[in-house]
Amino acid sequence: MILPYYIIIPLLTAFIISLIAGKKDIYAIWLSFIATTALLILSIYSLLTSKHETITYTMSGWKIPFGIVLVQDALTSFTLVTVNIIAFTAILFSINYIRYLSSDWKYYALFMLLLTGMNGVVVTGDLFNLYVLMEIALFAAFALVAYGSRAEEFEAAFKYAVMGSISSFMILLGIAVTYSATSYLTMAKVAEVLPLVDKKVVFWVGALFIAGFSLKAASIPFHSWLPDAHSSAPAPISAMLSGVLIKALGIYVLLRIFYNVLDAPEIFLKAFLVLGTISILIGVFLAIGQWDFKRLLAYHSISQIGYILLGIGIGTPLGILGAVFHLLNHAIFKGLLFLNSGAVEIALGTRDLRKMGNLSKILPVTSQTSLIASLSISGIPPFNGFFSKLIIIIAAIEANLPWYAFFGIIGSLLTLASFMKVQRYGFKAENVIEVASNKIDWRMNLAMILLAALCILTSMMVIPGIREVTLDPVVSVVANKTEYIKLVLGGLNEN
Amino acid sequence: MIVYILCFVLFLVGIYGAITKRDLIKIILSISILGYSVNLLFILFAYRSESIYPILSKGKEILPMVDPLPQALVLTSIVIELGTTAMLVALAVRLFEKYKTFDITQIRRLKG
Repeated sequence: MILPYYIIIPLLTAFIISLIAGKKDIYAIWLSFIATTALLILSIYSLLTSKHETITYTMSGWKIPFGIVLVQDALTSFTLVTVNIIAFTAILFSINYIRYLSSDWKYYALFMLLLTGMNGVVVTGDLFNLYVLMEIALFAAFALVAYGSRAEEFEAAFKYAVMGSISSFMILLGIAVTYSATSYLTMAKVAEVLPLVDKKVVFWVGALFIAGFSLKAASIPFHSWLPDAHSSAPAPISAMLSGVLIKALGIYVLLRIFYNVLDAPEIFLKAFLVLGTISILIGVFLAIGQWDFKRLLAYHSISQIGYILLGIGIGTPLGILGAVFHLLNHAIFKGLLFLNSGAVEIALGTRDLRKMGNLSKILPVTSQTSLIASLSISGIPPFNGFFSKLIIIIAAIEANLPWYAFFGIIGSLLTLASFMKVQRYGFKAENVIEVASNKIDWRMNLAMILLAALCILTSMMVIPGIREVTLDPVVSVVANKTEYIKLVLGGLNEN
Repeated sequence: MIVYILCFVLFLVGIYGAITKRDLIKIILSISILGYSVNLLFILFAYRSESIYPILSKGKEILPMVDPLPQALVLTSIVIELGTTAMLVALAVRLFEKYKTFDITQIRRLKG
């Protein structure tokens, strides 16, 4: 019975906020804080208690092929925890940050809608419902990118809205083709019927979905909106967009559809390999020349998404392990880096790396946590980024794809170089700045410290005992491909 | 068969317009065309020749009816499309206030 609450709690909070908030933002802050805390507790609780069984919930008791079904398995719980950790820290960080832009309840209402969409996409087991919830998340994201009301922000939001709409219609076309071929919208039923119909359908559907969801995940030929949108948004929203939106809407759905529904056709796995490798290399090359801190981070998101796609494309259990592990790790360290950039922007009023300096003295917490995040993203042991990248590269070598492994290593080295640039020219530069123009309060510091601690803690997940209860069930859901059908249709029905 | 192909051509027209046009309003119109083509395709997939409306009453058989589910889906998708268009138009209005133009080649402060 827990499942619908992932959608109900944030959606209800969004509407209650808009009803009772009035002019001040204090009620909105408390409500959204309570909602994100509840969601975080709920998602961790269900991760611990579900014992990796597949739980289904049929909406209003309509039986499976007719009604909308919500599904929770290990992959879902894992992604939900990732989403809600970042949402919790982003709200914690927002409390003071957003007051520098405007003290308004609208931000929190939109934030809750964004969270509704993301949680909904993750828990749903129905293709059309997925599309609707995805649109909810996207609308909130367009509005939040433009929240600062500056010219650049409107420009970025318009670009994002156009690209987002094109990709959504491609996905809707894919859903239409799927429906016409199989007469079902429930993913498990679609997966069951799809092997019986013409093979060409799989190619049409796969091509439309790969184009649509790669646009959402911003892998390289489809990336042009990401650097603008993610660097223009307010910092906690950048952390949400870069940390989890591109994963919940992009990577998670790609995993679910291509592995669990389409049974991982060879040709699409090859496409993932190529998309991933191009993203790793071009993303990092574009990142290394940037001087705007947030823009640099945004380009790195493209490159890190490349690693996840590479892991998905390899297709062996080890590759998938690397991909899902990197999904969690990237959410944590990229969220942290964007929060750092927000703190620096508040304190110094600039995002230009050349104008920063002396940060270890005036912003000790920001400076230390950014160092941890930089080491994580560039893959230095013992931080989490090292282990997930290592797993992906080992998987590539084991699967006899040495060139892809080589490109992965090159990408990692260039990432290290570009974050050395961030630390050298930005945080530890010689510019003498005596005092910060604005103070960073304890809630912002707490959010950054929490994520920095997680950067180290999540690297414990490679230890075999812990891995068996956290990552292995997720891998088995993905790697068993169409086992999903049996698990959902014959699954534990809680209603 | 030809209707499906024409519908797909309409979809491509929408993508072509959204990518190549320089005027904000034309881009928004192209995205609407994109949406219409997908909705039309949904309805075409549901259609069966010489079938009747799908309202169940006494003495009516189910077999010769058109599929009602895509029609319900299209209603939802039309509402979402309205939201998309409203959002895009609102952004275009604010962009015009800031830049005094609808030409996207003039609206480019973000680059790199």
